Amino acid sequence: MTEPNSFLDFHATKMLHTAHGKQLLDIRFQLAKGQILALYGPSGAGKTTLLRILAGLTGVTTGHIRLGDETWLDTTRRIHLPTRRRTIGFVFQDFALFPNLTVRQQLLYALPKEADKKIIDELLALMELEALQDRRPELLSGGQQQRVALARAIARRPELLLLDEPLSALDDEMRNKLQEYILKIQQRFHLTTVLVSHYLPEIIRLAGSAIVLEKGHIAAQGPPAEIFSASNATNSFRTTGTILHIDPAGASSAISIDCAGTVIKLMISTSEAAALKPGQSITVFSPLFAPQLIP
Amino acid sequence: MNDPNIIDWQPLWLSLKLASVTMFILLFLGIPLAWWLAYSRRRWKVAVEAVISLPMVLPPSVLGFYLLLAFSPANAFGAFLSRYLDLRLVFTFPGLVMASLIYSLPFMVNPILAGFRGLPADLKEASQTLGKSETVTLFRILLPNIHTSLITGAVLSFAHTIGEFGVVMMIGGSIPGQTKVASVAIYDEVLSTNYPLANRYAIVLLALSFAILLLVYSINHYYNKYKALP
Repeated sequence: MTEPNSFLDFHATKMLHTAHGKQLLDIRFQLAKGQILALYGPSGAGKTTLLRILAGLTGVTTGHIRLGDETWLDTTRRIHLPTRRRTIGFVFQDFALFPNLTVRQQLLYALPKEADKKIIDELLALMELEALQDRRPELLSGGQQQRVALARAIARRPELLLLDEPLSALDDEMRNKLQEYILKIQQRFHLTTVLVSHYLPEIIRLAGSAIVLEKGHIAAQGPPAEIFSASNATNSFRTTGTILHIDPAGASSAISIDCAGTVIKLMISTSEAAALKPGQSITVFSPLFAPQLIP
Repeated sequence: MNDPNIIDWQPLWLSLKLASVTMFILLFLGIPLAWWLAYSRRRWKVAVEAVISLPMVLPPSVLGFYLLLAFSPANAFGAFLSRYLDLRLVFTFPGLVMASLIYSLPFMVNPILAGFRGLPADLKEASQTLGKSETVTLFRILLPNIHTSLITGAVLSFAHTIGEFGVVMMIGGSIPGQTKVASVAIYDEVLSTNYPLANRYAIVLLALSFAILLLVYSINHYYNKYKALP
């Protein structure tokens, strides 16, 4: 199974206790050096668990993790490298900044003993945090905290960067800006990265490959543009909605449908309308003849 | 001491000395104990937690009675201490310290434990992902972020030791300069119907206790008010 050029080699099984009962997590994948892999899927699919297993924060039933020449986990050989010995940078969903340390102190804390302190100034400049470096986290906005968390993870000089829905707490504008910071970091440090996200544009913009998780298993895997669009792309439009009202008028009936807040009104034959009733959930499927795209 | 109206400061100093020594030793015992209780995955830690909190519900005389038995040179533990460490714990100041450590332990451990439990779990995890050991994480991250709990624990265990009476009566007796602390001095004065002097000791203790609590609440109030939540 191991590809000769893979940098990260991962396989783990674990019993998950989710809201829907017990569920087996069984995931195997490889990742090349310098690549960004996105994990996508509904909540409870095991995305965060997978990230925590990589970090050594959550145990497994069976599995092995190899990064480069180092074995981090091998249950058959009883190897479990503790979190602090794994060269990872972990950005937590709520950032987990230390309330007692200033921005600069957070980065200095993360810096390994033997590392050059110059990188601190470089990171502060790269993430545009110089003016905030003596502030404590409580005085920073969500977007600023996120940049500190990212800079801190890089200051640790990791070989593997793990991002757990790092942008989910932010609004769209901030999210776009921060995606640029992540790309900047990637261009500068070429870090192998695993990113958990449930936001497709983000995945398509940042990631070179993606894994779709469903109920603890890999449902799809490949380049994001392919798995999220190309394979089922058509020149038609499909959406779901709820029938609000059916108004029969002779041979044809007017039907009002609420599609995520937008009410659309369509004409269908009365015989078709007879099979439908208000309150019902339906799929609206329509070919696109002259679409207009407004940015 | 001949004039029944002149206050003898020695019992008050002894109380302060006992409380200070107890508080400092408890800080060193309480932090690792609370840390273990907060983060260990052992199931029987609940039993340890219960044992630590026992002095909060037990009548001090019960605790004092068993300590008296344990410390007595006629029994195994006391005999061991006396023979190998030349330590006598019944009716001595070291004995009072030993008893106070047990008696005031929950007042140190419980606030610190609550402090650890109130921290977001991912602070400790974040420190681990940054390559830091448990010890570095404890001193650089966890303790600085629960300093109000540390102050509360220290002050409460100090105040509780000052107010200790039943345990002292059982294992300390009332030896001036050795085991006669302020609370015992009040009792002695009342027994000899010297109410004015008893009242002076009592007022000093009352004022001291009030000042200590005022300090704790002021510190907590200050941090809650001026420390903006993230």
